Amino acid sequence: MGTSLRAAFDRELEAIGQDTLRLQGMVDRAIERAVESLKQRDRALAGEVIAGDQEVNDLRFKIEEDCLALIATQQPTATDLRAVIAIMNVAVEMERMADHAAGIAKTVLRMGDQPLLKPLIDIPKMAELGRQMLRASVEALLARDADRARAVAARDDEMDELYFAVFDELVEIMAHKPDTVERATYLLWCAHNLERIGDRVTNIAERAVFITTGAMKELNIKRDEGG
Amino acid sequence: MGEQRPQPKFRVRDLNFYYGQFQALKGVSIDIQPRQITALIGPSGCGKSTFLRCLNRMNDTIPGTRLEGQVLLEGQDIYAHEVDLTVLRQRVGMVFQKPNPFPQSVFDNVAFGPRVLGMIRGREQAEGVVEAALREVGLWDTLKDMLEEDALSLSLGDQQRLCIARVIATRPEVILMDEPCSALDPVATLQVEELMHTLKRDYTIVIVTHNMQQAARVSDRTGLFWLGELIEFGDTARIFTHPRLKRTEDYISGRMG
Repeated sequence: MGTSLRAAFDRELEAIGQDTLRLQGMVDRAIERAVESLKQRDRALAGEVIAGDQEVNDLRFKIEEDCLALIATQQPTATDLRAVIAIMNVAVEMERMADHAAGIAKTVLRMGDQPLLKPLIDIPKMAELGRQMLRASVEALLARDADRARAVAARDDEMDELYFAVFDELVEIMAHKPDTVERATYLLWCAHNLERIGDRVTNIAERAVFITTGAMKELNIKRDEGG
Repeated sequence: MGEQRPQPKFRVRDLNFYYGQFQALKGVSIDIQPRQITALIGPSGCGKSTFLRCLNRMNDTIPGTRLEGQVLLEGQDIYAHEVDLTVLRQRVGMVFQKPNPFPQSVFDNVAFGPRVLGMIRGREQAEGVVEAALREVGLWDTLKDMLEEDALSLSLGDQQRLCIARVIATRPEVILMDEPCSALDPVATLQVEELMHTLKRDYTIVIVTHNMQQAARVSDRTGLFWLGELIEFGDTARIFTHPRLKRTEDYISGRMG
């Protein structure tokens, strides 16, 4: 006999947690490969990232369906119920993050053969930061670690600083050389996608806090939202 | 290659059952898969317990009853003339609503079936069987020093698990459970449910329950009986997330008129 009386629920939630980790791994790779395709101007790789989005969508729906079935069959309450609801939300956030990665890959395809406007420095940093934050937020969620979740959310400020640095730099270039506007805009789109990934990590962190405390609270008010 | 389903443990076809003039079951057809938990739900008087009792011919003892159709246990018609009822009930054991241990010791309760069926001889063999069965139901550590105690002195939850041990001591293939938790408190109920989960590794379980949430929690497949008919049957997760019939939805949502 299991130690918990809700062993059946625990087993099934554990399986959904494993799927959540798997989804995080898929999104992580999508971000990595999307930015790699940008760096290397590798259109084949960009195409793979776009095609791979379907697999992410499928797993997101599986997680949602499994959560629904778990609620319907095991009648979770309190922390258990919050955990299931939180994971459903987080699966949606991650699926959207993969859409952002696919957005970068689509931009790579649009860029065609035009050379990069400038060497990439901050954009790969944003990607690396986003991936680290994503991993940490999902780990905090599954470990029910609210402190760690808050720490992850705080790192979104770093992401925003990087984004505004890229933004300011590209606007500067465009102002001086109008013929660079198209290429600069492409890079701006990529940076914007990464910045949105940071926002979605913050949402995951909020859900991790929600599981342990029951509080629904925004963890990071953004400077461009007048916070 | 198509999906290979194992041969069903029970294959029931067009089963009709009558108490005198009253038809309690109407054209019930169902396949019960091995090593799964199949839950049968439905309002009182819908036929679910009658159906359960058809699976090991417990209704035979009720005068004025009549059965049509087929009940195949691994392909064999259990209502055929040559069927030995003792063997059938050893293969298809039953646990009842109220724990019903014999007014004997814990040990003798568990050893009863194997002794009657001639499966064991002597104290030593009996000890092995009793220990194995009590371990399987998670009672050994609690009861190993109380084997000579009166079984009726146990808590109701432990009595019910003892009754399950008494059934599995005879090495059945199928365990039928008729409202096995309705006399138990929530903790004992969850213990029995978790026990069912471990038992399904070795046994096929069919449970009748009034408690829809219990059916949802424990079973792999759920069937809804309504006025003697099996109106919907399928994977439990599907039944409780998107049932096909409005009537099923109303029943599981507590909106049945």
